[in-house]
Amino acid sequence: MDLLPLFQWCYDTSLGETIRNSNWLFALIEALHLVGLGITGGAVLLVDLRLLGVGLTKQPAAQLWAGTRPWLIGSVILMFITGIPLFMSEAIKCLYSFPFWIKMTSLLLVLVFSFTLRARVAQAGLASGGPLSARNAALISLVLWSGVAWGGRWIGYS
Amino acid sequence: MSLLAFFEQLAESTWSIELHESQYAYSIVESIHVWTLCLFFGTVAMVDLRLLGWTMRGVPVSEFARRVLPWTVAGFIIMVISGTLLVYAIPIRTYQSIFFRGKMVLLVLAGLNIWLFHTRVYPKIAGWDSDGVPPKAARIAGALSLALWTCIIFSGRMIAYNWFDCDRQPQSAIVNFLTSCTPTDSGL
Repeated sequence: MDLLPLFQWCYDTSLGETIRNSNWLFALIEALHLVGLGITGGAVLLVDLRLLGVGLTKQPAAQLWAGTRPWLIGSVILMFITGIPLFMSEAIKCLYSFPFWIKMTSLLLVLVFSFTLRARVAQAGLASGGPLSARNAALISLVLWSGVAWGGRWIGYS
Repeated sequence: MSLLAFFEQLAESTWSIELHESQYAYSIVESIHVWTLCLFFGTVAMVDLRLLGWTMRGVPVSEFARRVLPWTVAGFIIMVISGTLLVYAIPIRTYQSIFFRGKMVLLVLAGLNIWLFHTRVYPKIAGWDSDGVPPKAARIAGALSLALWTCIIFSGRMIAYNWFDCDRQPQSAIVNFLTSCTPTDSGL
């Protein structure tokens, strides 16, 4: 599949061009993107730490998952709103960037994983005898989100 | 010794030069700084949101303080170590960066907010620990914390940009004053 025409189209949009030609826009949007990343981190960690048996251990994982879910969804939306314009401003670079693809793959996997298997583990609590232990669900989530954060940072170095 | 002389001395040290010139070390330290931002700011934000009554109203605030804040402290220690290394790799430019200076001022303000919260607000927690929406003083502390740390992230990210750097003249007099920059001896 040749992605170049699609990425070229993104790059050529007036949104992409406006950000590229501005001194400030990229930096400001990126800082907002970081704030979103931080809130995502907090929402993810409260549940993952609980699944690992630390942090807020007096509360059931299901309660933490229900409480953090709106903030996870909200912060991920914030990251999409800020991340897509950032991507459009340098789409061609991203197409050939290995960290970009690491990030997108991890992101897709972790979003699907968070709202399916991990959500089910959190709702079942630690007593679940399912194929996926609470501990492994947390570790998979942490590794994938780290892939998103590291990949994102390393797009800037390529 | 003036501060500038101190940072100039740092810049001449072997380790600083090696960190600055290394192919990966600087990027790795910076990635650790960003990754730990999730741990530090993420847990701060969750505690602040609880103080505002915007999340998990059923969980007592003291539970958040006892079980979540240690992770915040651990994150802060890693932030300080990795952040210090980042300054150490580029000492003079960072010392003269208007955003770095702004960030340090904001850090002091955030620290002041934490101190006020823990000395004035938190000691009376017994009366409102399980309230879904904590009293006004606690909500203000949470809101201030969220706002200050957001500004700290913004100013920290902006350090990477050279808009107001001393070696990029002409700058307005106020910028050169705020960055202790003397344009004449800045390698124009």
